[in-house]
Amino acid sequence: MASAAPKPKIWNDPFWRGLIFQGALLVVVLFLLAGAVINARDNMQARGIPTDFAFWDRPASFDINQTLIPYSATSPNSQVFWVGLLNTLLVAGLGIVLSTVIGFAVGAARLSTSWLVAKLAAIYVEGIRNVPLLLQIIFWYNVVLGNLPHPRQAAPFLDIAFLSNRGLFVPAPVFGPGSNAIWIALTIGIVGAILFRLWAAKRQRDTGRQAPVGWVTAALVIGLPLLAYLAAGRPIGVDYPRLKGFNFTGGQRLTPEFVALLLALTLYTAAFIAEIVRSGILAVPKGQSEAAAALGLRATPTRKLVIMPQAMRVIIPPLINQYLNLTKNSTLAVAIGYPDLFNVFSGTVLNNTGAAVQIVFMTMAVYLVVSLITSVVMNAYNARMSLRER
Amino acid sequence: MAGFVRTAPEPTLPPPAASIGVVATLRDRLFSGPLASVFTVLGVVFLAWAIPPLVRFLVIDAVWSAPDGAACRAPGAGACWAYIWRKAGYFTYGSYPIDQRWRVDIVFIVGAILIAWLLIRRAPWRSVAAGLFFIAYPVMTVLLLRGATTLGLAIVPTDMWGGVLVTLIMALSGIVFSLPFGVALALGRRSTLPIVRFFSIGFIEIMRGVPMITVLFMANLMLPLFVPESWAPDRLLRPLIGVALFASAYMAEVVRGGLQAIPKGQFEGAMALGLTYPQRMRLIILPQALAIVIPGIVNSFIALFKDTTLVAIVGIFDFLRAVDTARLDPEWAGPTITATGYVFAALFYFVFCFGMSRYSLAVEKELAKSRNR
Repeated sequence: MASAAPKPKIWNDPFWRGLIFQGALLVVVLFLLAGAVINARDNMQARGIPTDFAFWDRPASFDINQTLIPYSATSPNSQVFWVGLLNTLLVAGLGIVLSTVIGFAVGAARLSTSWLVAKLAAIYVEGIRNVPLLLQIIFWYNVVLGNLPHPRQAAPFLDIAFLSNRGLFVPAPVFGPGSNAIWIALTIGIVGAILFRLWAAKRQRDTGRQAPVGWVTAALVIGLPLLAYLAAGRPIGVDYPRLKGFNFTGGQRLTPEFVALLLALTLYTAAFIAEIVRSGILAVPKGQSEAAAALGLRATPTRKLVIMPQAMRVIIPPLINQYLNLTKNSTLAVAIGYPDLFNVFSGTVLNNTGAAVQIVFMTMAVYLVVSLITSVVMNAYNARMSLRER
Repeated sequence: MAGFVRTAPEPTLPPPAASIGVVATLRDRLFSGPLASVFTVLGVVFLAWAIPPLVRFLVIDAVWSAPDGAACRAPGAGACWAYIWRKAGYFTYGSYPIDQRWRVDIVFIVGAILIAWLLIRRAPWRSVAAGLFFIAYPVMTVLLLRGATTLGLAIVPTDMWGGVLVTLIMALSGIVFSLPFGVALALGRRSTLPIVRFFSIGFIEIMRGVPMITVLFMANLMLPLFVPESWAPDRLLRPLIGVALFASAYMAEVVRGGLQAIPKGQFEGAMALGLTYPQRMRLIILPQALAIVIPGIVNSFIALFKDTTLVAIVGIFDFLRAVDTARLDPEWAGPTITATGYVFAALFYFVFCFGMSRYSLAVEKELAKSRNR
């Protein structure tokens, strides 16, 4: 019976139609790509723009005002890449930590039983979220940090940190001989704390008896390095900034660009994180906290053992997304001259060498790799954490 | 012995005195527990610290009208609103010739009417509005703003455009381009054809994985290299293309969310009716999917609107750049000018973005109502 069906016309057959359509698309895309490559080659040759990577090893011949690794104007352009990448990672890493802390605090404040605090948190979130980040960055840089006094009239914080138009000067730790012992003690403490927590969790599962996890963790992570510090003869000193002549010496100088960028990125991202945290907590059904109350749990264990573990499941994917956004947004450093990867590499090196195509693609590749790795990890995490329903 | 049977209900007692009135409300809302009380007190302290200097700077000490910057330079002067008022034309039109600014005004007014028509969900003939907004309006905008000698309109080169005009052009052309292109990408991502899916996913993920400023840089520096020299796009068009491509990738993900929310039965029902793929999408799937994601579309428009500030970095004269440049005018230069300009710019963006986010919340509520009936 089925064999009697007439063979459809080729343009009515989904298989052939799909094949023809995709073939056409492939031809068009390849044609555009080839055209772009040929045009780019011709145009670049005509304008004398380099098409190779010879610029990579040439001296950079410009200075960078914040470098985490050795760098001078005679260093090659490749070194600029690494300096910029490290500066990006520095501001992104610090921004992620600080914005998480502020974001969780504000998110919790939005759910506070105090009406005033909830409203203040809401004003913060709405006020920050609805104003472009670039405006906030130049606001912090030009208004708040631009009007700072000369070092002689610097604004002191408890006489150990000073804010002036040369930047923020904070005390810096000085690691003397024997400070290795402290790092070793810290590592042992952290490993020990993790092991203790695993043991305590297992014992609670098996016997129901609880262990003072908080105290033991504190003793291991803080107490052990402290003991090592005392035993090694207090090898860590502190170098305080001092006013000397017209500027500060000693301590650690944070450039105004760094402070402005970090502040703006942190406050901006924190507002988004606060919303994520709030909606994550609200996503936990009310029955959960009621059931916890019925079991006799007090408010704190309810939050810690019932609400937050379920809320985190909702919070973490968009939270990671915000971390990625923060990292990508750190490219706005170019507006105020913080030497991040984009600014020094896609900006200065590109202008000096003219190798636009290579440099822009390399910069995009760096951010793309970070994003793709993160999304692969996130997908794996999601697959592990997603609720398995029957 | 006769029993006591109540014939009328006992009059209701008033609620306990401690649970009504101002005091009880205050206690409920502000001092419901020890922790809440501490936070409330901290909040009051913060307000007492922050509000008075803010009000003094923005209102009491502010200079509301002045012929030049002298009054704003006086010691103790607050925000210099006179400067904003004087520069309003520059902030709105950039260097657009003063006698031609009526053309910009027409574009603004027609755009506002069309957008209101599209956004008011009870308005009639909304498909007509969509057609006008996505096809007729862009053509009219280009003709009016750029000018056409055959129509008797003098040509105004794009490097004279600036301010709010350029910001709105960036944001609106971003949405006009990214909505259809984003729908196409979203459909491509869910297509059964592997090559279509590959290109769609590749484009979306690359665009979403890189910072917007690198896309703008690419559009600005490399677009002229990718085309024959005589085709090199206009200075304003280049970032416009970058913004549109970038926004499309985000729009595609929003639309994909809507497509995924459509029950499978809708696809199957449409197939059972014998509709072709374009008919299924146009008549059954997309109307439902797009209606669901209106809040998402508005939210990504808010993000796009804020992100248009980035074009200032590649040398386009948008609103933020206009504000940032005007503060250097020696006639007005003073200690409060920068802060005044930025506060004004922040208010401008806030009013737009906050308004749009309220709209998207209202739509969301309405949608939830109709879905849970």
